[in-house]
Amino acid sequence: MGEALVQINSVTKSFIKGHPPALNAISAQVEAGKITGLVGPDGAGKTTLIRLITGLLVPDEGKITALGCDTRSEARSIHAAVGYMPQRFGLYEDLTVQENLSLYANLRGLSFQQRAGVFERLLDFTDLARFTDRLSGQLSGGMKQKLGLACALIKTPKLLLLDEPSVGVDPISRRELWRMVQDLTSEGIGVVWSTAYLDEAERCDDVILLNEGELLFQGPPNGMTGRAAGRVDQIVEIKGRRRAVLANALDIDGVVDGVIQGRAVRVVYRRDDVAATRLRATEMVAATEPTASVVQTEPRFEDAFIDALGGGPGGRSTLAAHTVDIAVKSNSGNQDSSDGDKVIVAKGLTKRFGDFVAARDVTFAIPRGEIFGLLGPNGAGKSTSFKMLCGLLKPTAGEGTVAGFDLRRAAAEARNRLGYMAQKFSLYGDLSVAQNLEFFAGAYGLSRKRRRERIDTMIETFDLPRFLATNAKDLPLGYKQRLALACAVMHEPEALFLDEPTSGVDPITRREFWTHINGLVERGVAVLVTTHFMDEAEYCDRIALIYRSRTIATGSPDALKAQVTSLSLPDPSLEDAFIRLVEDSESGQEAA
Amino acid sequence: MVPGRRFGALLVKESIQIVRDPSSILIALVLPLILLFLFGYGVSLDANVVRIGLVIEQAEGPAEDLAAAFQASPYFETEVATDIRLLEDDLVAGDIRGIVVIPATFDRVFDMGNGHAAFQVIADGSEPNTANFVQNYASGVWSTWLAQQSANGQGTPPAISLAPRFWFNPELASRYFLVPGSMAIVMTLIGTLLTALVVAREWERGTMEAIMATPVGILELLLGKLIPYFVLALGAMALCTVLAVTVFGVPMHGSVLALVAISMAFLLPALGQGLLISAATKNQFVASQAALLSGFLPAFLLSGFIFEIDSMPTVIQWITVIVPARYLIASLQTVFLAGDIWALFLPNIGIMLLIGSVFFVLAARSTKKRLD
Repeated sequence: MGEALVQINSVTKSFIKGHPPALNAISAQVEAGKITGLVGPDGAGKTTLIRLITGLLVPDEGKITALGCDTRSEARSIHAAVGYMPQRFGLYEDLTVQENLSLYANLRGLSFQQRAGVFERLLDFTDLARFTDRLSGQLSGGMKQKLGLACALIKTPKLLLLDEPSVGVDPISRRELWRMVQDLTSEGIGVVWSTAYLDEAERCDDVILLNEGELLFQGPPNGMTGRAAGRVDQIVEIKGRRRAVLANALDIDGVVDGVIQGRAVRVVYRRDDVAATRLRATEMVAATEPTASVVQTEPRFEDAFIDALGGGPGGRSTLAAHTVDIAVKSNSGNQDSSDGDKVIVAKGLTKRFGDFVAARDVTFAIPRGEIFGLLGPNGAGKSTSFKMLCGLLKPTAGEGTVAGFDLRRAAAEARNRLGYMAQKFSLYGDLSVAQNLEFFAGAYGLSRKRRRERIDTMIETFDLPRFLATNAKDLPLGYKQRLALACAVMHEPEALFLDEPTSGVDPITRREFWTHINGLVERGVAVLVTTHFMDEAEYCDRIALIYRSRTIATGSPDALKAQVTSLSLPDPSLEDAFIRLVEDSESGQEAA
Repeated sequence: MVPGRRFGALLVKESIQIVRDPSSILIALVLPLILLFLFGYGVSLDANVVRIGLVIEQAEGPAEDLAAAFQASPYFETEVATDIRLLEDDLVAGDIRGIVVIPATFDRVFDMGNGHAAFQVIADGSEPNTANFVQNYASGVWSTWLAQQSANGQGTPPAISLAPRFWFNPELASRYFLVPGSMAIVMTLIGTLLTALVVAREWERGTMEAIMATPVGILELLLGKLIPYFVLALGAMALCTVLAVTVFGVPMHGSVLALVAISMAFLLPALGQGLLISAATKNQFVASQAALLSGFLPAFLLSGFIFEIDSMPTVIQWITVIVPARYLIASLQTVFLAGDIWALFLPNIGIMLLIGSVFFVLAARSTKKRLD
């Protein structure tokens, strides 16, 4: 066991009187030479805890000792010996890479003799040596993150605090950063890595798991994951509708959680009657999907986390129950015979901004009842393709149609048939929930009677009655998400566009969100979703992998995984597939 | 050694940012130019030539003579009519600012010889300033005409002749005091608005948090922020002065030393206020609103720049006491138009330093090396 660098003793911190505290009686510790994952969904209290450790906040109750110093009285000594990278990396965007490094070197009192060596080592370590003269504002997300790390490492700290270093960074840079940080721990540095990605938690040496200000778990991650051991199964070889299988599985008494993983469905059983539940699941599968089978699988951190929270939501969407089947709906639109079933079609969509090609020759077609994912790192061109298809951006070349309507010629008709949920919260924060619903119903031009019906349906479906008078900006995150979805599907669109719909959302809310989406898809809605969340990508029927403005691979999640399966990588995750395919595409381009 | 280097690094960083940030250059160099040209050429509080209507009901004898004097006056551009009703519409439309009526009875009343000759001046009261000009210029024309009449051996000589002399601004050119006033506006913008914005920006971008977790002290942090803007504001001041003297021909009767002393004294409250705003808001949008409301507008309206403080309601006059720009403008106008009057400068400088110290104490109290 390593030396304890940080001791947290029953620390409580509140920001707003009368609200539940941001952190409630937390006790934990951080050890030298280890990566301690500070894990939890948004709003769990991760940033607050990191700031408390740095002494930038002081606890209301309890005590924190960092590097032997009390954070209340000896913050300065702590500042001298820790490296801290806040969210958004703390870089001066109008200074160059070199100027940022020099600034932090001076602030940390690095002597001129040491400096040359340190800069060389850090630039080499982060592979930024080629970019020293570039303004840091013009670096990619991954490069900013590395520079932020370099600035935090200027004077080798004993304790390195990283606040959500992997947010907004593509999986490749994420993996590189992880390796760099691992190297540091071998030198004896203690690292605190805060993250909302539960898959990152599994790789940490130690985990502090927070949820809504409460400590759920502290210790090695397998201590948490192990709690779900023997209780996790996969339903594989599903030939039919996996979304229906998931919904059925979640209906079974004793199933606490279920998610879609490519063609398979993953289920977690309640602790007290695993055997009986497994039997019920097997029977259900035998009755509905004769080809499929139930096999036991390794638990993941997320399984245990959801279980610890008392399980995920049920599998039935009341929204879908209120939605008319699209196929039943009058066959509107001037559909092309060949694309009769395709709701969203992109043909050679290209967008140029001056010399820069943001999206090149994007081509795909999404039939009714399919979820199609655009997956790729930030800046790869996902959002550009996406915006061209929902009529927010005019393509330079190529064409896009929604429900048979050409976006360039009949944009209004096309837009009436699509629902759009933006990445950032895009409702009116100062309007109440009821007012937002009214507004969007009006904006879609629903008749008075339909408006009433649909609004009532939305309120019931998304459990909004208690928040009707609440201003949208004051809603809890999960409810903001629900309201945004409610506003997007108000007019029963045939095509639904989701831009990073669940980034920053806790796993329970994410499941609930996908329950609704799955329900709508089963009713025949076509969904286009952009994401860099691998879990989210697993829900897609097909994925287009976008990299450097090109589509480098298209296929089902399982097909993409199969493409990269090899002896050295027998069971690749979707993230593995992503990284491998991007690397292949890069080497292919270099060869060309 | 190390604290010195840290401080130097902060100064260098801030200076690079100023040079690279177009908005600070805009506020520090371009805005002063625009303001100076605007106030130097565009805006004038003088009514040089006023259009008026002149009603001559009877065009002969002394009445005709007086009408000719009005028409010859350099202050008036006249529109002549024989009936007032013909001019009323023009007055309502604002085409003319007043009407002088020389009635048919003029000759008779004038000939009575007691100086009570009756003619009527109607002024457009919706613009009191211009109305005053019309009235004053009209009585000026009248007294000149009377003097001429008596020199020609007619009528009564006026009892007193008035020969006004204006000190300090003999030409009464309003730009002579508007230009120093606009310098105060520029300094307020740089000192308060720009400072509030750049500190708030560091909060917004999360760089403040990163800096705070280094061994930098809060004093270093604040001074490192202030000194570059102090220098920038003095630079803008120098630019304004050179332009004022060379391009606009504003006289500079006082010394550069006095000018620098006054400017420096003013920057203390200006920067202190900016710092206080940014410490309280931590958000660029709110900071800019607060800086405009509490810094720019008072400097514009309550400083004596445009509106004379003595003619404000008493309560407003009390409020102006805590507007630092008031002391700056009074001092600047004196430096430019009168000379080095230290008896006026020293108390003004003293008050500015006092207000500045209050701002700084408040700012230092509310800026902690902490986030809550």
